[in-house]
Amino acid sequence: MSLYLLWTDILVWLLVVVMATSFWRMMRSPLARERWYRIFHAKVAVASAIVLGFYVVIALSDSIHFKSTDSGYGNQIVSLLDMAMVHRKSTSERTYSAPFADHEYTRSIVTDEAQKKRVQRFLPLRYVQTGHFLRDTIEGLGTGILFAALLIGLHLWWRARSAHKHSPASELHSSIPWRTAYTVFALLSILLAWLYIMSFSYHVLGTDKVGGDLFYASLKSIRTGVLIGTLTTLVTLPLAVILGVSAGYFRGWVDDLIQYLYTTLSSIPGVLLIAAGVLMMQVMMESHPEWFASTLERSDLRLLFLIMILGVTSWTSLCRMLRAETLRIAQMDYVIAAQAFGVGRWRIMLRHIVPNLMHIILISVVLDFSGLVLAEAVLSYVGVGVDPTMYSWGNMINQARLEMAREPMVWWSLFSAFSFMFVLVLAANLFSDRVQQVLDPRSDA
Amino acid sequence: MIGYLIRRILYAVPILVGVNLITFVLFFMVNTPDDMARAQLGAKQTTPAMIQAWKHEHGYDKPLFYNSSAKGIEQVTDTLFVRESFRLFLFDFGRSDANRDIAEDIKSRMGPSLSIALPTFLIALVTNITLALLLVLFRGSVFDLSMMIVAVMIMSVSGLFYIIAGQVLFSKIWHWVPISGYAEGWESIKFVLLPIAIGVFAGLGAGVRWYRSIFLEQVHQDYVRTARAKGLSEIAVLFRHILPNGMLPILTGVVVVIPSLFMGSLIMESFFGIPGLGSYTIDAINAQDFAIVKAMVFLGSVLYILGLILTDISYALFDPRVTL
Repeated sequence: MSLYLLWTDILVWLLVVVMATSFWRMMRSPLARERWYRIFHAKVAVASAIVLGFYVVIALSDSIHFKSTDSGYGNQIVSLLDMAMVHRKSTSERTYSAPFADHEYTRSIVTDEAQKKRVQRFLPLRYVQTGHFLRDTIEGLGTGILFAALLIGLHLWWRARSAHKHSPASELHSSIPWRTAYTVFALLSILLAWLYIMSFSYHVLGTDKVGGDLFYASLKSIRTGVLIGTLTTLVTLPLAVILGVSAGYFRGWVDDLIQYLYTTLSSIPGVLLIAAGVLMMQVMMESHPEWFASTLERSDLRLLFLIMILGVTSWTSLCRMLRAETLRIAQMDYVIAAQAFGVGRWRIMLRHIVPNLMHIILISVVLDFSGLVLAEAVLSYVGVGVDPTMYSWGNMINQARLEMAREPMVWWSLFSAFSFMFVLVLAANLFSDRVQQVLDPRSDA
Repeated sequence: MIGYLIRRILYAVPILVGVNLITFVLFFMVNTPDDMARAQLGAKQTTPAMIQAWKHEHGYDKPLFYNSSAKGIEQVTDTLFVRESFRLFLFDFGRSDANRDIAEDIKSRMGPSLSIALPTFLIALVTNITLALLLVLFRGSVFDLSMMIVAVMIMSVSGLFYIIAGQVLFSKIWHWVPISGYAEGWESIKFVLLPIAIGVFAGLGAGVRWYRSIFLEQVHQDYVRTARAKGLSEIAVLFRHILPNGMLPILTGVVVVIPSLFMGSLIMESFFGIPGLGSYTIDAINAQDFAIVKAMVFLGSVLYILGLILTDISYALFDPRVTL
């Protein structure tokens, strides 16, 4: 068993490091700290941030992969999440089954031993233990309550300890609606713990066409959604910031060239540009099978390429905004003063212009996140999304597309995918609303 | 005005050349004419002579960017890129890889696309603005707040959900409209009704929020206060002052998409089996038919640039401060 990092794993942890350091740097300035705390003064923002936190933690736990060499069937790459869910990863039923069902959803023809004839019958599910519903529920709820109580208690203790120090920071700290935070945290932990404990005995969200557990599939899809939403910005930001600021600051032919570049790119219909990029990537990957050793690595590489394509096609609108704002800021007195003092161009851009663009950048990052999560589903439906073997909400929806037309309906695959997606996007939307409200100087908050 | 238009159209040429360059590079970087010939002729028993013949027949036997065997200016013009681009500029889309006339296909598929996209666009515009005005009228009230929460929720649901839920509810359970398909003439109404309704509803959340924020920006302007001070009723202020002034920023967002309505909606058309340009594009993507994708990219870019020009013209028409 050894640590094995996929390409996207490396990038996602890189992003965590980048975000942590920039957050830490920002927190050193009291002005920025006050702004950040103001975001969390609204109950909605706190609640949605905690929901987002749960998604991110699950996505990160699915981004630490291990390669097991000891198992009998070849080299297997598993993540922490796979290890926690191993009881549902390796066990597969034969076909559809409803949530918490103990029998298959469709009849199969079997030979009845007693009557010596072939009959149609609902077969019992292989990996379900019924009869312990109440006991498991109590166990699940208890685990959740204990876990939540432990963490909330720790935090309360820490708050009580730091409350003695009367610093401006602790005042900001105490105006956060902690009760909302604790309630949402406790509810989510209890729900998750209950679902997790129950998943040992039941398929809590049912199974799909080939008998795969949908709870496991939905959890695995979180990583795909969160990664597409976050890593794309890692590609977008450098392009948009460097090009937008240079265009606005240098003007002249640099401006003309960059304007031409983003007008050209944005005039191509987005989906088509992505589709053309993905088609190219598919051909390229087919001709280079040496780039990946396993199916998992192939789907990971494809995810990486998709993220890059999404990033390259979606920087134009942010670049346009940054260019306009830079044009304005470059005329400000403090920039002119800096020029008069002989401060170099790059230093002016880095120290005087970019920090004043941060609110635009941050707003666009949080605004884009939910759009990208939703776009993944549409792209997978069109056939230019992530690898078909990869767990993603788009693939789940795509595979379950015809299930509603069945008689009787199979609703749970779509339900799982859509509800996991809805909660994430709703939380992201609510949070980005609040960020925009606080950081946008035009909003009358 | 005329001079401005000519300048804009001339400026569109380098952009379209750039668009062609991007698609061309994406296409030929991985898929050489030899590969295309092999794919079309079948993998078996292709001799170099057959490939050469196919390439010659389809005009792929020229070098990509630089023809060293030609002389003078022809070194650049007698190449695949210049020829292909030039053909696209004359709207000669050629034949698809499956040997269908693309221009003919596009012409016959524009109608069905428009029959969904245009009503969706118009109805959505009217509903969104009406609702937004209503919310601005009751701003700060419980009604406003609850509607904004509903709007965020509508925004947060995947568009695919509305389509699937709509089909199940209205077609499968209530049998109001057929699940999918299309017919010519007035018959088509029963087919397009559900896609239009779903299209309008799915865009409601984002639309209402956007229009509301535009109108709210106007509410705090001085001229609105003056109008109120004159003793105008809130409704008169809303319709005579806020609405006309709010229309200007709305123009920027709205006019630019009008030409692109021709392209149809990818998802809607493929779910409802509408034989429009959207489903045409999706089929081409799935069949990896790059000739069609290339044609649609070009068409989409032309329509987008047309939209930008129309936006400027509409500004000059409606905003007395702007002259072209």
